[in-house]
Amino acid sequence: MKVSLFVTCVVDQVFPQVGIAMAEVLERLGYEVDFPQDQTCCGQPAFNSGYPEEARTVARHFLDVFRDSEYVVVPSGSCTSMITHHYEEIFKDDSKRLEETHRLAPRVWEFSRFLLEVAKAEDVGARYDGVVTYHDSCHALRELRIKNGPRRLLAKVDGLTLREMDAAEECCGFGGTFSIKFPEVSGAMARTKIDSIRKTEASAVVSIDSSCLMQLQGVIDRLGLPIRTLHLAEVLASR
Amino acid sequence: MTGAPSETIKQTLDDPRLQLAIYTASGRLMDHRATAVSAGALPEYQDLRTQANLIKKHTIENLDYYLEQLEANVLAHGGQVIFCKDGEEVADFVLGLAKKNDARLIVKSKSMTSEEIHFNERLEHHHLEAVETDLGEYILQLAHQRPYHIVAPALHMTRYDVADVFTKRLGVEKEVVPENQTKIARAVLREKFLQADIGVTGANFLIADSGAVVVVENEGNARLSSSTPKIHIAVAGIEKLIPRAQDLAVFLDLLGRSATGQPLTVYTSFLSGPRRGEEVDGPDQFYLVLLDNGRTKLLTDPEKRQSLYCIRCGACLNHCPVYRKIGGHNYPWVYSGPIGAIITPQFHSITEDGWLPFASSLCGACAEVCPVKIEIPKLLLKLRSEVTEAKRRQGAGGLERLAFQMFAWVMAHPKIYLLAGRMGALLAPLVPPVGPLKKWASQRTLPRPAKQSFHQLWAARKSK
Repeated sequence: MKVSLFVTCVVDQVFPQVGIAMAEVLERLGYEVDFPQDQTCCGQPAFNSGYPEEARTVARHFLDVFRDSEYVVVPSGSCTSMITHHYEEIFKDDSKRLEETHRLAPRVWEFSRFLLEVAKAEDVGARYDGVVTYHDSCHALRELRIKNGPRRLLAKVDGLTLREMDAAEECCGFGGTFSIKFPEVSGAMARTKIDSIRKTEASAVVSIDSSCLMQLQGVIDRLGLPIRTLHLAEVLASR
Repeated sequence: MTGAPSETIKQTLDDPRLQLAIYTASGRLMDHRATAVSAGALPEYQDLRTQANLIKKHTIENLDYYLEQLEANVLAHGGQVIFCKDGEEVADFVLGLAKKNDARLIVKSKSMTSEEIHFNERLEHHHLEAVETDLGEYILQLAHQRPYHIVAPALHMTRYDVADVFTKRLGVEKEVVPENQTKIARAVLREKFLQADIGVTGANFLIADSGAVVVVENEGNARLSSSTPKIHIAVAGIEKLIPRAQDLAVFLDLLGRSATGQPLTVYTSFLSGPRRGEEVDGPDQFYLVLLDNGRTKLLTDPEKRQSLYCIRCGACLNHCPVYRKIGGHNYPWVYSGPIGAIITPQFHSITEDGWLPFASSLCGACAEVCPVKIEIPKLLLKLRSEVTEAKRRQGAGGLERLAFQMFAWVMAHPKIYLLAGRMGALLAPLVPPVGPLKKWASQRTLPRPAKQSFHQLWAARKSK
């Protein structure tokens, strides 16, 4: 079976290893992995900043690129939710695009959910030695209702111990342009989150959204702490 | 268009004592709520939320009908209903009534609606004294501060802060034990209740089919305010309506639990009209003041009018990671937190306080705990686009708009996108952090673009 990767702009430009890890896991499970070359972004940055027209332009491009894909797998809860939950709002006055959205959205899957619900794979044969904690990214948690899935996948990783933090469901403070419109508030939110991560004494924090991890890693580095940030795909690809 | 008060926000963030007070107090309210609405304690919680949402939706969509029904029933009980456009009209009414009845002293129970129109200040100018009788509100009145939180107005103050306020304003010895502080306030306030000519309360619910005002509280001061003085005035926003007395069961199940984790508050008062001939308690005169103050502006928009479903439980504040950092006083109006961020620009104007809808990471914690299911993040997004549109009309925000126009153009042209991404990666080490990069770098290290994009890695992988 063939799956198309939508790696997201953040992974493409900043964390390409996350995309490679995702491809490796999917190939290991026997999927033929395809990467539509013309992909760019889902349009969320514009949509969340109050520019729906600009977001529509990007979203139209997304629909054009992935129109014929059987499955689209995305290493991000937030970008998945943009497509499956918010394109409807974006195209509410464009019946043709709305229909395309309705046809494509059920085939767009966040990575961990694809593994569990389509590939039916809980144990992907990964090995990672160490204690990690898991950060629930907001849009995955509250829009896609992803809570236990990534934890189930982590539980099957050899050598890995998952130690929950108190504030697993608290926002990391990224919030797209919020992080630069309100940098001090955003930074303070991240530091509170990191306090909670530190209490677990985990050596890494795992999430299914690279943008949260970019925020957390930025503050972790600024504070000089010995904590890594890892996308779930990176953990599942390691052996 | 005014911007965010970045200086006072920084002061709040840099005050460790205040940060601890906000985080601890809101965290406690979160914990209490979580226990109170857990599957074991309230298995029907999600159904109640859906029901509450539908009742409010129905009421707001038929507001004219229910307002008339309410008015007729209040009149039938011997009370009067006064419709007021704004705070000035409320003040005019109260001043006229006070003059007619030779009133000097007003006791007040907690009411955000009265805070919203600066009730006390308006009357003070005319030498009418209005005394807050809710403990938190009384402390704030003495300290000359506005509420920090919808249900816990003095959430940001510790008992030591309260001790200082009492010493300074009441001339008492320093007292840091909360129980004793309460006794000090009680002694002062009991006299005020006995001397007061008018009692003012808010209203948590207005019941159309029975013409009743429902007030929930924990201290008994609202009951005293509404029954001891000869005149009772209830001040309420028009959106406080619910159709029937039986609907109240849904809302009382949700309000206390969402606010403080209480299954029911200590007092729930049903106030319908003045004392009848044979009754021993109650005021001689009863007035219900119904306030618009911007609310009717929301009615035309089917999406935005859900902002009027709010029952002021404060749960969205407690769960908001932004409120928990910046606290209540950095919001421009008395309504803070997520609900404040959506109703302030709507009740006032989108061109004022346009920063508010942007002061959110869109984490969605507010919507998850809202007992009436207001889609706060969705409304924030809608308001954001209205703000950028208003700025465009004013000829402002051009640079940001240009940036997003460029963003859209680049993202719709994959070859340009690839080129721009690689140029960014080449230039990143050379470019000094300015503009948005500088703002990012003020808190965090800058992520470096990868040496090779996924596009490049994938192409290399395939050619192997």
